Amino acid sequence: MTTAHLTDESGATSLLRFATAGSVDDGKSTLVGRLLHDSKSVLTDQLEAVERVSLGRGQEAPDLALLTDGLRAEREQGITIDVAYRYFATARRRFILADTPGHVQYTRNMVTGASTAELAVVLVDARNGVVEQTRRHAAVAALLRVPHVVLAVNKMDLVDYAEPVFAAIAEEFTAYAASLGVKDIVSVPISALAGDNVVEPSAHMDWYGGPTLLEHLETVAVVGDAGSEPARFPVQYVIRPQTEEHPDYRGYAGQLASGVLRVGDKVTVLPSGHTTTVAGIDALGRETDIAWAPQSITVRLAEDIDVSRGDLIAAGPAPVPTKDIEATVCHLNERTLRPGAKVLLKHTTRTVRALVKEISYRIDIDTLEQRSGAEGLEVNDIGHVVLRTAEPLALDSYADNRRTGSFLLIDPADGTTLTAGMAGEAFETVRTTEPDGEDWV
Amino acid sequence: MTTATDSLLATQENPYALSHLDALEAESVHIFREVAGEFERPVILFSGGKDSIVMLHLALKAFWPAAVPFSLLHVDTGHNFPEVIEYRDRTVAEHGLRLHVAHVQDFIDDGRLRERPDGTRNPLQTVPLLDAIERNKFDAVFGGGRRDEEKARAKERVFSLRDEFGAWDPRRQRPELWSLYNGKHAVGEHVRVFPLSNWTELDVWQYIEREGIELPEIYYAHHRDVFKRDGMWLTAGEWGGPKDSEPVEQRLIRYRTVGDMSCTGAVDSDAVTIADVIAEIAASRLTERGATRADDKLSEAAMEDRKREGYF
Repeated sequence: MTTAHLTDESGATSLLRFATAGSVDDGKSTLVGRLLHDSKSVLTDQLEAVERVSLGRGQEAPDLALLTDGLRAEREQGITIDVAYRYFATARRRFILADTPGHVQYTRNMVTGASTAELAVVLVDARNGVVEQTRRHAAVAALLRVPHVVLAVNKMDLVDYAEPVFAAIAEEFTAYAASLGVKDIVSVPISALAGDNVVEPSAHMDWYGGPTLLEHLETVAVVGDAGSEPARFPVQYVIRPQTEEHPDYRGYAGQLASGVLRVGDKVTVLPSGHTTTVAGIDALGRETDIAWAPQSITVRLAEDIDVSRGDLIAAGPAPVPTKDIEATVCHLNERTLRPGAKVLLKHTTRTVRALVKEISYRIDIDTLEQRSGAEGLEVNDIGHVVLRTAEPLALDSYADNRRTGSFLLIDPADGTTLTAGMAGEAFETVRTTEPDGEDWV
Repeated sequence: MTTATDSLLATQENPYALSHLDALEAESVHIFREVAGEFERPVILFSGGKDSIVMLHLALKAFWPAAVPFSLLHVDTGHNFPEVIEYRDRTVAEHGLRLHVAHVQDFIDDGRLRERPDGTRNPLQTVPLLDAIERNKFDAVFGGGRRDEEKARAKERVFSLRDEFGAWDPRRQRPELWSLYNGKHAVGEHVRVFPLSNWTELDVWQYIEREGIELPEIYYAHHRDVFKRDGMWLTAGEWGGPKDSEPVEQRLIRYRTVGDMSCTGAVDSDAVTIADVIAEIAASRLTERGATRADDKLSEAAMEDRKREGYF
């Protein structure tokens, strides 16, 4: 198996950010433990520490959950606070795993983990099949527009490695996730405990011809088609050295949110609407004539127009700046979000004052029904809101651009992060009527 | 300044791929620029260790061709490796940076801190650090901490809000979504910022190799007088080692981390080049901190407890 961290002399590999979702009983800790362990990312001293603590508690086998539950309160109370990030590598790829706790009140955590993920692993217990929790995970992955979803049907050893069991679960899940707009769904039958199809192919499931979970993680395409996306460049910082060597240098520093930018491209600066061309691109100290997302670069423009932090340099079809925003939100804080609330809205590099004009409806994440008449959104609630901002914002729809379509709502009194927002509708398939239920209950 | 481009993964089928190092670099640079755009008085914690050196290198690239808009802060335990202090001062001069130094010794001399019986000064850094932050009114403090180092760090945010006592409360952390970092804070509070959060020890070394970054010599194998305490090779010095029962011997060693002399252990090594070091780390069965840090072994939650008090 691929346990070496390095491939060639340069050591260059690609990076995959992914999230895991699943309740404790589904064996998520075991799966994460196995991925880390079999990729040589759990080292001797860490294992010894886990063994020491496990023995001290009178447990016979090392409790791999201790690898991921790092905080005193977590260990004392046996609970998991919030998302933790894990790192491992194989010869083919580097991985950043957002490990999201599998509690009932977890929506906020899974939303957080999924926001940066290019892939989500949804874990199911083969004995139970697709349950309410599974549909919730699929819905959050779809809501956050995670491009790739893997269904890991775990504990296959407890159902005699039976193909029909796997096939039925995979079929049901795939139909449901696809109906929510998830484009790429791969199902893998595994046993995290026995190690079947996690890293090594299973000897018990000849009928399965697909990749192991790790093989899929290593090979799934992580780069979108940057060439076909319109370029979006939020200006972070204006670089003006005013030195003898660079008396007239004026560069706009930022990270390309999407697309490709070339010297000579015609661009629009938003929200002002001025148009000009790209005169030069500096890629961290080196001049270049092309850059693409997510590179951090500095852009020089042909004309000396007024551009500052918070502006968006856009090429291709540009968004129309607006003060009226409709968005799907996930409320993250214990303070209720109510209509009439005055908040701060952080979108790319711009923070503006905003008013919550209306909470249109709350989405029941189990049934995907829209419940109108909500007086406010509680922590972990997902809903649809109408906002009015003090200044126009150049937002894309979240469905088109995860980076320029997302925003935060912040409490102006103490800076608390209140709400995560995604411009536009929640799902590609909008469900305005009661679901008839038999498909997914 | 030059950048190696051969690590870009662009291929015929996939012209817009980025290598993992380029992706990590882009993310870290974004974090530096966010802080520059949102805070009044940021400072970079600079110890002369590899993580803070990589941090400074990224900051230099982020603002090129302008100067880094931050000053540096070193909390000096007084138990330094001379090679590291020499490196620190040379680097500061080379880039025309401003360095603040907070001396633990000053706090011991005037009674605000008391020397520990074991002679270890690493835990004593918190008080001078918080004093320097308060006195200089720093509102953002960059640290080179990585989440792969330690399990309490794995839970820490990129932007980590600290209260007026500098304390970290894991339950009060703000969720961090997308690349939207929330730096809002009240007067007296500050934010610790960790631009290397998503890097591993190996990433740091691969980046050092790619960028041709110079490090203090103690990161490479050399002969040194050391003695064994708690299973680690420590350098003899005026900080309180060795005791009579701890014989000194000369060994071929190098350091994986650089901190206070009294608690940073050396590892047996014949790695004299960056490539040797990378090969050694890739084959190692011990984590960086497990191999070389005595202070983390004090208790199961040593790091978390220190962070709650205001440590990095």
